[in-house]
Amino acid sequence: MKVSAVITLKKDVLDPQGKVIHETLDGMGFNSVNEVRQGKYFEIDVKENDPKKAKDLVESMCKKLLANLVIENYKIIETQ
Amino acid sequence: MKSSVITFPGSNCDRDMDVALSKFGFKNKMVWHNDQELPKSDLIVLPGGFSYGDYLRCGSMASKSKIMHSVINFAKSGGLVMGICNGFQILVESGLVPGVLLRNKYLQFICKNVHVKVDNEENSFFKNLDKKVLEFHIAHNEGNYFCTSDQLKEIEDNNQIAIYYCDKNGNTNDQTNPNGSIKNIAGIFNKEKNVLGMMPHPERMIDESLSGEDGSIFFKNLLNNIK
Repeated sequence: MKVSAVITLKKDVLDPQGKVIHETLDGMGFNSVNEVRQGKYFEIDVKENDPKKAKDLVESMCKKLLANLVIENYKIIETQ
Repeated sequence: MKSSVITFPGSNCDRDMDVALSKFGFKNKMVWHNDQELPKSDLIVLPGGFSYGDYLRCGSMASKSKIMHSVINFAKSGGLVMGICNGFQILVESGLVPGVLLRNKYLQFICKNVHVKVDNEENSFFKNLDKKVLEFHIAHNEGNYFCTSDQLKEIEDNNQIAIYYCDKNGNTNDQTNPNGSIKNIAGIFNKEKNVLGMMPHPERMIDESLSGEDGSIFFKNLLNNIK
């Protein structure tokens, strides 16, 4: 079963890359952007067919490795 | 005194550290990341480099390697552990020191000499050091020290800040902050002060004709402190 996780920076953490992307977008004429925050996306195929167990497994991966909870939040966004 | 330097896949300052430790009298051993047990040591060093190609987050993969269980146990039992540059990143990822190291504020890899101010002497690393401002080398892309405001309060209350970026006279301000670190923090201790993580490389300043001598001062003093 495939489970996806999105890792985003917490609100008060500086994101210089997001800022540069925002400025570039602005320079390209996309003037309606308020803010850009860059994150990470993972697609994980787990050997587990029960959706709840699969999600719990990926949540545990997020807590232990995929996200650093000092600066990042994680969200399990879809189960296929 | 015995020391061990851990080599991870992608470490590239491990041999420099070996040269530095040996030069000042440590009997050093190199330890592979996949080993499980540490040789008997008075000091463990996690060296600089790009362990696992800095994948995911710098130091995150290395912090989960086999040898780190032993390093964490060694640190928890009071053993001296020092992480330099990527080694500092591995220490924060393993939770041995608080905070994280973010991408440098101005998105540039920084490779230059900096001055750091030693402001903490109740520990084995900087105790009895004659010189309070040292010139070290930095070379990193992710050295921007960050922690939550609660963590910062705790760190300050426990006197855990080891060194600050400064100018040659010891002034700390925005101009002397190369990477955007909170409070100009260049190095930090755990609560018990037996674990030190710092971005600057003392092992690159051990030869007057090549670089400078402030690393020599640091290593000589370290050896004397733990003898």
